[in-house]
Amino acid sequence: MNTLQPIKTVTGRAVFLPGNDIDTDRIIPARFLKCVTFDGLGEHLFRDERFTEEGTPKQHPLNEPRYLGATILLSGSNFGCGSSREHAPQALYRYGIRAIVTISVAEIFFGNSTTLGLPCVQASAGEIHRLARLVESDPTLKLTLDLEALTISFGDDSISVELPEDARKAFVTGRWDPIADLLEGTAETEVTAANLPYLSG
Amino acid sequence: MSKPKNLFEKVWESHAVRTLPNGQTQLLVGTHLIHEVTSPQAFGMLRDLGLPVKMPERTYATVDHIVPTDTHAEPFEDPLADEMIRELRKNCEAYGITLFDLPGGQQGIVHMVGPEQGITQPGTTVACGDSHTSTHGAFGAVAFGIGTSQVRDVLATQTLAMTKLKVRRIEVDGELCPGVFAKDVILHIIRLLGVKGGLGYAYEYGGEVFDRMSMEERMTVCNMSIEGGARCGYVNPDETTFAYLNGRPYAPSSEAWDEAVERWRAIASDPGCTYDDVVRIQARDIAPTVTWGINPGQAIFINERVPTVEGSAPGEREAVAEALEHMKLTPGTPIRGTRVDVAFLGSCTNARLSDFTEVARYLEGHRVDPRVKAIAVPGSQLVKAACEERGIDQVFRKAGFEWREAGCSMCLAMNPDKLIGDQLCASSSNRNFKGRQGSPTGRTVLMSPVMVAAAAVTGEISDARTVFGVRGVEA
Ligand code: SF4
Repeated sequence: MNTLQPIKTVTGRAVFLPGNDIDTDRIIPARFLKCVTFDGLGEHLFRDERFTEEGTPKQHPLNEPRYLGATILLSGSNFGCGSSREHAPQALYRYGIRAIVTISVAEIFFGNSTTLGLPCVQASAGEIHRLARLVESDPTLKLTLDLEALTISFGDDSISVELPEDARKAFVTGRWDPIADLLEGTAETEVTAANLPYLSG
Repeated sequence: MSKPKNLFEKVWESHAVRTLPNGQTQLLVGTHLIHEVTSPQAFGMLRDLGLPVKMPERTYATVDHIVPTDTHAEPFEDPLADEMIRELRKNCEAYGITLFDLPGGQQGIVHMVGPEQGITQPGTTVACGDSHTSTHGAFGAVAFGIGTSQVRDVLATQTLAMTKLKVRRIEVDGELCPGVFAKDVILHIIRLLGVKGGLGYAYEYGGEVFDRMSMEERMTVCNMSIEGGARCGYVNPDETTFAYLNGRPYAPSSEAWDEAVERWRAIASDPGCTYDDVVRIQARDIAPTVTWGINPGQAIFINERVPTVEGSAPGEREAVAEALEHMKLTPGTPIRGTRVDVAFLGSCTNARLSDFTEVARYLEGHRVDPRVKAIAVPGSQLVKAACEERGIDQVFRKAGFEWREAGCSMCLAMNPDKLIGDQLCASSSNRNFKGRQGSPTGRTVLMSPVMVAAAAVTGEISDARTVFGVRGVEA
């Protein structure tokens, strides 16, 4: 099997999505839940905010050519609230987002994102707005999220960010997806199963 | 003697494989149930990782969410739905997984199929990519809903990374009043403890009321544990449990049966065991309950008034205002008499044989109000067949209900059964979230099946006890 790569840094350009409480339904409208793979979800990211029903683009940061190819998403508080489905972080990931920097993030969304290898770090409202202003004036600005130092550096400046220690460790050691650990317990799983009459009988 | 333990602790310990580096438990999943909505992406991930299914014989599949209920004829009109069912078939075939498919007579909502087949058993762990997996706890199983990546984890390893839950015992003592059902009991519990009250807990339901309940009633209660925030809820196995399982296709038989029953008896919570919390409720305090808002905890008794913003606790005012606005209800007025557009009798909460039997008892001689669209949707093909054998479908048809094929139907908006505009639906399902029934402005009022029938025949939210003349209740 593919072994998981440690995620120690994420470097890329950023895009700022203003607002708080951006819920999973806005990130990926419910009608796109009817799918057999997550592959095409990236296209529909923020679908109803980016396009009219007829498909005409609306004013939206992700529709602006200057932010095309951004991999770091900046936003407000309680990002990713709403449903527990994994489609929302999947849509962001498939779109190309590799790190999310917000004031706060919804708990289930955080867990789902972590499992995908998509770190969600927190920064103060002030710092996020500072980054947003910088990115707006220079969309080519490269940011580097360093998960070992818990900083975001840009030019010769940097800010500090927060990430719970277990998640941070999981990223930098390549254990952000529990499947690696679970597979390591295969032999013990078989022992446990053999001791349960309904599984061994 | 060893320390007395509750069922949850015993099941957890017997299924704990090891402690993971992050401190979580690697927990063995004895029974894995899958359906067409949350499994295809998981199989895709499995293929990306180049992994096989670890124990295909411990995974069982069916189709429910996207299945149309006017006809099961294929291909479905919706090409996406059609693709989903084909994908499930392909995966089950490729990995050797048992599928209770549309042709075959045993298809149904995943949480009905497991019990019907005798797959759901006491003392086991059950996981399914659907939050209402808590239903299976009715059998004394530890059963919880999981996300898509976790479906992949179970497929690949038959285990999950889990954090142990605390256990709250909820005891309902005494006797329920006539016209009060299992659905009212769970709506009342959620109202009391709140939709987040169960976070971090497994709920153990006990006391005289649960002791007396049938398996189907216990399933109704356990089904909605998740709506109270509890990832799982269970009832200790007893004679009622064993009688239900005896003779089911996947239940143990002959000698193995006796051994199993002995094991199942021993898995029940020990006398004198401890809980992290205990809540006691008197059965006589519970009346028929309906929701007025946009989460299942926003519920009142049928003879109460819709709350007002000012009359609500300061911390709740915003939520109350939002709910009132969505529901277009007048604060401070009786909920009784609210006009109903649709009556939905179905879902994994209340679409079992006993639900239809109970409603049919009252429905005879009544007609659905001409302004109401009423649909009766059996939760499984077996329930449908059993109803038809007993002539129950005729009672529904004669009364003016549409009698449908098995599926999730109007419980959620993934098949053609949807509310239109701001229609108000009297529903026997489990979620009244905004947009849940397919229209962003649609309104859902949760209640017991008999109350749904009362709403259907009167065209408004009504007290079934007066509509159908339940004895022992003053009008
Ligand atoms: S009936 Fe409703 S709650 Fe139950 S599995 Fe289907 S969609 Fe989910």
